[in-house]
Amino acid sequence: MEKRTGTDRVKRGMAEMQKGGVIMDVINAEQAKIAEEAGAVAVMALERVPSDIRAAGGVARMADPTIVEEVRDAVSIPVMAKARIGHIVEARLLESLGVDYIDESEVLTPADEVFHLHKSDYTVPFVCGAKDLGEATRRIGEGASMLRTKGEPGTGNIVEAVRHQRLIQGQVRKVLGMSDDELMTEAKNLGAPYHVLQDIRENGRLPVVNFAAGGIATPADAALMMHLGSDGVFVGSGIFKSDNPQKFGRAIVEATTHYDDFKLIAELSKDLGTAMKGIEISTLEPADRMQDRGW
Amino acid sequence: MINIGVLALQGAVREHVRGLEAPDVEITVVKKVEQLEQLDGLVFPGGESTTMRRLINRYGFYEPLQAFAAAGKPIFGTCAGAILMAQEIAGQAEPHLSVMDMTVERNAFGRQRESFEALLSMKHVAEDVEAVFIRAPIIRSVGPDVDVLAEYDGDIVAAQQGSFLACSFHPELTDDARMHQYFVQMVRESLAEPAV
Repeated sequence: MEKRTGTDRVKRGMAEMQKGGVIMDVINAEQAKIAEEAGAVAVMALERVPSDIRAAGGVARMADPTIVEEVRDAVSIPVMAKARIGHIVEARLLESLGVDYIDESEVLTPADEVFHLHKSDYTVPFVCGAKDLGEATRRIGEGASMLRTKGEPGTGNIVEAVRHQRLIQGQVRKVLGMSDDELMTEAKNLGAPYHVLQDIRENGRLPVVNFAAGGIATPADAALMMHLGSDGVFVGSGIFKSDNPQKFGRAIVEATTHYDDFKLIAELSKDLGTAMKGIEISTLEPADRMQDRGW
Repeated sequence: MINIGVLALQGAVREHVRGLEAPDVEITVVKKVEQLEQLDGLVFPGGESTTMRRLINRYGFYEPLQAFAAAGKPIFGTCAGAILMAQEIAGQAEPHLSVMDMTVERNAFGRQRESFEALLSMKHVAEDVEAVFIRAPIIRSVGPDVDVLAEYDGDIVAAQQGSFLACSFHPELTDDARMHQYFVQMVRESLAEPAV
């Protein structure tokens, strides 16, 4: 019997198993265990969470492999890690470490301003950020097996993630009603690969899972993103920048599962302590807008 | 109509719903304990078993699910779902729901880069079932009342014990619904027989 690794089904399927779940940013084994205990479906191993990357400035790179290995060995849930946009060697290196998913992420400083990774070449699956359907389908065209909204990471401000999710959902709905001739023009206007738009129209939805990310700071934020049609959520700085990460993590997981049970979310939101301090998007300098990295 | 539920705490729920579709089947997405009462059969989907278990405990599903199994109602678990059903989990002190006499080992094929797909011959189902294995468990051993349905490379990857069906791969990720329909038939037959 022929055994095939790294197929689309195997790579996209991995993300399908994460649906309805929360993926949490962690910077060491201790946080990884707290995240697993809180019910995370996966952890993202990082050297710094996005809000600290903002504060530190300078060039943000892939995490030290020691951190990735420490996290990998601490938990039984899948481990993800971030590589810089277009950084072939960081990605290959993470793949060799046995990371379960790579995030080609705008949270790190891009290594290539023109080319994203050709993700179909890898056995390990990739998740990529997107602000609109053009960007989403280009990443799928390159071989991304999972999408997430870009949002504006490390701000604790949900407004950009909402904007991106609403836009992508609306653009998908528009594609579903299009005729063949309209579809090619839409591909041109969006800068989208035509075959990916055809796939969307044929199957009635994006061919890969689409999570929310970039600014989720409270259980209500997580539930809001689920309400808007996200398949799950990434929480970066929100959990370990809060007063009580254990409690906060559990509350976000529950709010994501039961996003339509408002009474429950009200209960979960009580006495959580202070959430991370947020940043108003209009106060960000253009160079500090992570969502504008990549294309 | 028969009513089959898919436990929807986390994981690939929509795909199972598609596989179970049949003219005489009503499908319920189960998020609350009360919904179990109306069901004739239940699917534990793929996902993360540790996450599902935590949510099972938190929402008081643990005892109702065990009662559901004790009543002899059919249950089908895929991947994480099979782990929830096992009586023993290698390297772990406690099992989850412990409804099926088998020992499973989690992530037994390796990490995601070792995940794969292959064709399997499955007893009672077909010679060419498309199987997608994702960080999949292996069923290391089974009790005397358990029927081994499929093996991959000498390892058990699907088994049945009376009204309980478990596999370590994801039939829900393919367009091949034969394994789901085999389970639907198990549910039909369980209703035809007098309850034990």
